[in-house]
Amino acid sequence: MSVTVTRRDFLKGTATVGAGLAAGFGFPAVIRAQGGKEPIKVGVLHSLSGTMAISEAPIKEIVLMAIEEINKAGGVLGRPVEPIVEDPASNWDLFAEKSKKLLLQDKVAAVFGCWTSVSRKSVLPVFEKYNGLLFYPVQYEGEECSKNVIYTGATINQQATPAIDYLMSPEGGSKRKFYLLGSDYVYPRTTNKILRLYLTKVKNVPESAIAEEYTPFHHQDYQTIVGKVKSFGAAGDAAVINTINGDSNVPFFKELANQGVTADRTPTMSFSFAEVELQTLDVKPLVGHLASWNYFMSLRTPENMRWLKAYKAWCGTHGTPDKQCVTDDPMMHAYVHVHLWAKAVAKAESTDVDAVLRALEGLQIDSPVGKYKVDEKNHHTWKPVYIGKIRSDGQFEVVWKSKGWVHPEPWSTVTYPNRECDWSRKGKGTYDLVEGKRVWLSEKK
Amino acid sequence: MAFRKEVVSLAAFALLVSAGVLSPRGAAAAPGAGGSAIEAIARKLADPATQKEAIEALGGMADPAVEALLRALKDGALYRSNHGVAVLGDDGALKDLSGQPVLDAGGQPVSPRVGQEAIALEESSFGIAQDILERLQIFKDDPEARRSAAFKLGSSRDLTAVPVLAKALEQEHDARARTVIEEALAKLRLLAPDAATRGSAAHALGRLRSESALPELQAAIGREADPAAKQRLQDSVRSIDSYVFLRSVVGYLFNGVSLGAVLLIMSLGLAVTFGLMGIINMAHGEMLMIGSYTAYVVQEIFAARFASHLDYYFLIALPLSFLTAGMVGLALELLIIRFLYGRPLETLIVTWGIGMIFSQSARLYFGDQTSVNSPTWFRGGVEVLRGLIFPWSRIFIVVLALAALAALHLLLRYTHAGLRVQAVMQNRSMAACLGVSTRRIDALTFALGTGLAGIGGCALALIGTVDPEVGKTYIVDAFMVVVLGGVGKLVGAVVASFGIGLANKVLEPAIGGTAGAIYAKVVVLAIVIWFLQWKPTGLFPSRGRAAAEAGEAV
Repeated sequence: MSVTVTRRDFLKGTATVGAGLAAGFGFPAVIRAQGGKEPIKVGVLHSLSGTMAISEAPIKEIVLMAIEEINKAGGVLGRPVEPIVEDPASNWDLFAEKSKKLLLQDKVAAVFGCWTSVSRKSVLPVFEKYNGLLFYPVQYEGEECSKNVIYTGATINQQATPAIDYLMSPEGGSKRKFYLLGSDYVYPRTTNKILRLYLTKVKNVPESAIAEEYTPFHHQDYQTIVGKVKSFGAAGDAAVINTINGDSNVPFFKELANQGVTADRTPTMSFSFAEVELQTLDVKPLVGHLASWNYFMSLRTPENMRWLKAYKAWCGTHGTPDKQCVTDDPMMHAYVHVHLWAKAVAKAESTDVDAVLRALEGLQIDSPVGKYKVDEKNHHTWKPVYIGKIRSDGQFEVVWKSKGWVHPEPWSTVTYPNRECDWSRKGKGTYDLVEGKRVWLSEKK
Repeated sequence: MAFRKEVVSLAAFALLVSAGVLSPRGAAAAPGAGGSAIEAIARKLADPATQKEAIEALGGMADPAVEALLRALKDGALYRSNHGVAVLGDDGALKDLSGQPVLDAGGQPVSPRVGQEAIALEESSFGIAQDILERLQIFKDDPEARRSAAFKLGSSRDLTAVPVLAKALEQEHDARARTVIEEALAKLRLLAPDAATRGSAAHALGRLRSESALPELQAAIGREADPAAKQRLQDSVRSIDSYVFLRSVVGYLFNGVSLGAVLLIMSLGLAVTFGLMGIINMAHGEMLMIGSYTAYVVQEIFAARFASHLDYYFLIALPLSFLTAGMVGLALELLIIRFLYGRPLETLIVTWGIGMIFSQSARLYFGDQTSVNSPTWFRGGVEVLRGLIFPWSRIFIVVLALAALAALHLLLRYTHAGLRVQAVMQNRSMAACLGVSTRRIDALTFALGTGLAGIGGCALALIGTVDPEVGKTYIVDAFMVVVLGGVGKLVGAVVASFGIGLANKVLEPAIGGTAGAIYAKVVVLAIVIWFLQWKPTGLFPSRGRAAAEAGEAV
C-alpha cells in the first residue's frame, strides 16, 4: 500500500463524513448539486491494513471500479452510487462494528465485503438483525446460507471436489493418495472434513491413503511435513491438497523444491492462493503445481480481455500499489457482484433489501468467465470451474475446465445428503428433506 | 487404453529388434544413419490409411528426428513436399527431417503454398502419438526429463516397456537417471512370468533402497507363489524398511539442527542487546525484518541494473544488512534508548511501539507484495542418503549461524573493543573510572546486536517470508531462546537454540496426528516454562551485572 492511497482514502473518508453531516443538518443541496438526485450509498468493507490487506485491498479497488462504471453509465435508477469505504484492519471485531455503522448510520443499500470466514461469521448477526445485504466474494467452506448474504465465491463442489476428480483422472496423473495440508482454522478443517468423506465414500479411497495435517498461522518450518509428504508420495501416486493460508505458503513451497518434491511426481493442488498472492511469492519453486478456481487472469475470453484492459486503465490512474494490475478469482466475483446488485436494483426499481433479493433470484449477467447466474433459491451463484498449472510468470495455464456451469451446493451432498437451502418466495432458508417433506431448520427446536 | 499401449509397445519392441536399433551406439552416435528409414516411414504418415502403422513404427526408433516429426504432426505443422514430408519451421519455411531448409529448383527456401493443408493427425491415432511422445522423453537431453519419463514407465505396469528402458539404461550417463531407470526396470520385472527374474528384480530393488517400490513389493509378496522369490521379496522389503527408518532418523536430526541454527541466528542479536545489555528490545523482530528488506532491496537493484549477475546480490546483501540494521540500531540507541536505561518497563513499551512503527512503515513503503529469491546456487541440495536431501539454503544457515557465533565470540573475547564491552557490562562504574567511555560502548554494543539481527533477517529471507509482519513471528522464539539459555551468556543461547530445535523436530513426528507441528510447539513451550520454574535464571546463569542495574549507578 502506498502513501498516496491512504491519503486519498482519508480525503474520501472526510468527504463522506462531511457529506453525511451536511445531509444530517439539512443541506442536501451539496449532494444534489452533482447528479440532481440523491446518491445510493453502498458500503465497501475490506481490510486495507493488517495481515489480510494483501488480499483484500485489490478487492476494494475492483469494487470501486465497478461502481465508477455504473455511475458513468448513468447510475442506478437514475441515481449515482456512492461508495463508503471502511477499513476493518483485519480485526474481526472491527468488522462487526463497521458493518453496524454502515447499516445504521450510513443506511447503505448493500455492503460488498469480507474475506476470511471469521470476518463473515462476525458480521453475520449484524446483517441478519438489521436486515442488511452483504455480497461475499470469496470461496468458502459452505455449511451456511443466510437470508442476508449473497455468496458469489465458490462452494466446495465448485472448487475442491472437481479438483479431486481431476487429480484422479488420467490427465491429472491418476492419483490415489491424498495429503490434506492446511492452516489450523475453520476453512481448511471443514473443507478437509468434507473432502475426506468425499474421497472415502464417493471415490472409494481407503482411509490409509489419506493423510491430514494442520499448521498454525505464520508457520515457518515445514521440514518435517515435507519429509512426510515425500515418503507419502514416493511411489508417484499421491497429491497434496493445500489449504495453507497466506505467508506460510512461501516456506512450504521453498521446502518442497529444496527437498526435491517435484510437481510432476507429487503435485500440490491449492485452494487458497491465486494470482494476487502469487505475485508475492518467488514463483520458481511453484511452477507446475496446480490450483482450482472459477477464474484465471490468463483466460482468453473477449469479456476477460475487456475487463483486464479496463482494470489496467483504472489501476494506472488510481495509484494502486500493485503495478502489475493483476486480477484473480475473488476480484472477478467482487466485480461481477457489484454489477449483479445494480442489475437487481434496476429490476426491482427499489433499493429495498427484500425486493433486491427477490430480483436477484435467477438473475443472469455477463462476466469475465462468460455467463454467470445467481441461483433461484440458495443465494449462491452458478459459474464454471477451472484448474490451472502455475507458469513461471506467476500466471496459470488452464489444464481443465468444467463443462459449463457448476451448480452451487452450500450444504455439501457428501456431508448432508438431505440438506438444502431455499430463500425463494415460499422458502425459509435451510431445510432437511425428511421423508419427502421439508423440515426448516429455523423452525426446528 | 491398455490394449493400445500393448500394441504400441509390441510394435516398438518388434521394430527395435528387427530394425537393429537395439545395437544403439550406431543409431545414437549418428542420427543421420536412420534417416532414410525414417523418411520412408514418414512418407506413410501422409496417407490416412497407413498413418497409424507408421506412427507405431516410429515409436520404436531412437532417432531424435522422430520426436520432432511426431510433434509436428500433432501440432499440424507437417506438410507434404517433393521429397516426402517437411516440417514447418518457426520462420515460416519448410525443413526436412534433418532440420535443413527444403530448397526449390532455384535454391530458395520453400514455404507452404497458399491453401496447402497440413497433414492431419487421425483421431484414432492421437492417443498412440501422445503415448509415444511421452515415452520418447526418456531419450531427451535433459536428465530431469529422462528421470521423470523413466519413473512414469516404471509405474506403468506395462511389461513391454522393458526393452525401451533397457536400451535407455545402456545409453545413460547421468548417475541419478541410471538409478531411476534401473528402479523402473526392476519394478516392471516384478511382473515378469519367470520366477527367477522376479526374484532378482526384488533383490535389485532392495539393493537400490527403492522406497517408491514398496507398495509394488508388498503387492508382489501377496501374489508370489515361488518360495525363493517370495523370500527375496520379503528380504527386500525388510532392508528398504530399515533403510527408510535410518533415513528418517538422520533426517529428523538434520531438521533439528537446522531449526536450531535458525533459532540461533534469530536470537544472536538479542543475546547481545537483551543478554549482555539487559535492554528488553521488543523491536528485535523488526531489526530482523530490516535485514530481510535489505536483501529484498539489493535484489531489486540487481534485477534492475545488473540482471546478468543477479545471483551475486546476496554477497552484497549480507554485509549490507548488517550495516543497515546496525545503523538503525545506533540511531535508536542515541535518540531513544539511552534515556531509558534502568527503566525496563518503559523500554519494553517504547521498543514495542518502535517495532510497530517500523512494520507499518515497511507496509506503507514496500506493500505486502515482496519476495526474496534464493540465488541459484542455494537451490536444491545435496543428496546425503538416497531420497534424503539436505537443502543448500539450510546448510548455509547452519554455517552462517556458527560463523556469526564464532565471530561474536572472538570479538568479545580477543579484541580491545570486545574487552571494553565486557568490562562495561560487568561493572559500569569501574569501567568508567578506568577511562572507558561507557556511553559510546553502550551505543556500539546495541548497534552490534541489531546488526547481527540484520544478518539473521537476511539469511532467513532465503527460507521464509519477507513481509511487514515477519518480525512478530520471530520475536517470541528469540526471547524464548535467550531466556532459556540464561541472560548474559552466549553459550546459553547456543545450547538453548539447538536444544529447542532438536526437541521440536523430534517431538513433531513422535506426536504425529493431524496437528503434530502445533502440539510439538506447545510441548516445547511447556517444557521451557517448567524448566524456568525450576531454574529461573536459565541454563547458564550469569554472574555479571546487566546494564539495567548498572544504569542506576551512573
